[in-house]
Amino acid sequence: MTTQTQPMVLLKGIRKHFGSHEVLKGIDLTVERGKIVSIIGPSGSGKSTLLRSINMLEPPNAGEIWLNGELVNQPLTGRAYETHINAVRQKMGKVFQQFNLFPHLTALQNLTIGPIKLKGVSPAEAKVQAMELLAKVGLADKADAYPARLSGGQKQRVAIARALAMRPQVMLFDEATSALDPELVDEVNLVMKQLAAEQMTMLIVTHEMNFAAEVSDWVLFMEDGLVVEQGPPEQVLKNPVMARTQSFLRKHLAS
Amino acid sequence: MDFELILRITPFMAEAAWMTVQLFAVTLILGLIVASVLTWAGFSRSALLRGFARVYISIMRGTPLLVQLFVLYFGGPQLGLSLDAFTAGCICFGLNIGAYISVGMRGAILAVSPGQTEAARALGFGRAQTMRFFILPQAAPLILRSVGVNAVILLKSTALVSAIGVVELTAAGQRFANATYQPFEALGVAAVFYLALTYLVTGGVALLERRFGVEEGKPS
Repeated sequence: MTTQTQPMVLLKGIRKHFGSHEVLKGIDLTVERGKIVSIIGPSGSGKSTLLRSINMLEPPNAGEIWLNGELVNQPLTGRAYETHINAVRQKMGKVFQQFNLFPHLTALQNLTIGPIKLKGVSPAEAKVQAMELLAKVGLADKADAYPARLSGGQKQRVAIARALAMRPQVMLFDEATSALDPELVDEVNLVMKQLAAEQMTMLIVTHEMNFAAEVSDWVLFMEDGLVVEQGPPEQVLKNPVMARTQSFLRKHLAS
Repeated sequence: MDFELILRITPFMAEAAWMTVQLFAVTLILGLIVASVLTWAGFSRSALLRGFARVYISIMRGTPLLVQLFVLYFGGPQLGLSLDAFTAGCICFGLNIGAYISVGMRGAILAVSPGQTEAARALGFGRAQTMRFFILPQAAPLILRSVGVNAVILLKSTALVSAIGVVELTAAGQRFANATYQPFEALGVAAVFYLALTYLVTGGVALLERRFGVEEGKPS
C-alpha cells in the first residue's frame, strides 16, 4: 500500500507573516504515522502559529502542507476552497488551550454534532460512539452536563473526545494544559498518553518539558520562526547541542 | 377631570389602538426581515454587500424618521410611487427599524467568542453551518433583547403616522382633543393605551427570553 509509506503530516518551507512581521521563516517537518512530535520554544517563537497553519486556521503565505499524501493548502478559491478545506479539517482533530467547548450544548451533544451534521451519522449511532469516547476520557457520567458545570480538566477531556469523535487521522494539541490549574493537568495528560499508546499521530505544542520527554518520539525546539534544533527527546531535552536550546531548558526546568 | 368624556371616547380609542397594533405588527415583521438581510450582508464576503449594509444603516440612523416618512409619502408620487398612508408608514418604519435591529444583531453575533468559530471550523463546519449551529444559538438571547428594546421604541414611533393622516392612537387623541377642547383627557387616554401596549410588548419579550434565553450560554 502506497499510503502506508506516506508521512502523515509533511510540512515544506512553511512561511507566515503578519504584515511585515515574519512569524514562520520556513519550517520543514515530517511526522510519520503513529508518531508523536512535540514542539517547544519560548512564547512568540511561532509554535502555535505553526500548529494553526497545519489545519489552515492560519493559512501560510508560502510552503506546502501535506496530510497523508493530500495537499492541504491547495490554491483554490471560493466554494471549491471551502469544500476542500472543510473535508480536510475533518481529518485533523484540534484541541485548544481555551477548550472552546460549545456552551449551548451538553457534553454529549458537543461530541455528536460533528458526526451527525458533517458525516451523516445517525443520531443513535453518533450517541453510542460518543458515549464510548466519553467513557474513554472518564466522563461518561457527565454526558448530559453543560460545559459551564464542568471543571477545566473535564472540559479539556470533553474537547479531546469531541475531536476524536470525528475519527481524525492526526491530533493537534495547542497548549492543551496551559490554562488548567496544576492539579488538573495530570488528568488531561493521562488521556493524551492513552492516545499515544493507541498509536494516534499527534502534534503537541507544549510548555511541559517532562511530559514532552515522556511521550514524544521527536522534539522540535523553535525560536523566532525557525527550528533551532530537533531530534529524539533524549537528545533535544537532555543533551541539546545548540546553546539556545540549553539556555531555554535551563530556565524552563529551573522555574 | 371629565370621567364621562373618558368613558365616552375609550371605545373609539380602543379602535384606534387596534390600528396602532396592526401598524406595529406589520412593521416589526418587515423590520425583522430587513434586519436579517442587513446582518447577513454585513457579514458577507462581498465588500459590495458589506458596504451596502453600512451605508444603508448610516442613512437610516442619520436622518429623522419623520423626514423619512415624508420623503416616502409626499416625495414618492414624484417618482411614480403613490402609497396609501398606512402602507407608507409600514414600509418606512420597517426599513428604519430594520437598520436599528440589525445593529443589535451584529453586536450579538460579534459578542460570541471567536474561539467558538475556530472550534467549529476546525471540526470541518462551513461558514454558514458555523453561524447556524453555533453562533446564532449563542447570540439568540442578546438578539432577543435588542429586538425587544427596538420594538418598544417602534411602538411609540408609530405615533408619527398621525402626521400623514393614519387614524391611530395619537391621531384619534388629537381629533377628540380638537373636538372637545379637552386635550388632557383625550390625549391622556391615548397615553394610557400606549403604556398598556408597551407593557404587553415588554412582557411578551420577557416571556420569550425565559423560553429561549440560553441559561447555560456563558462562555466555557
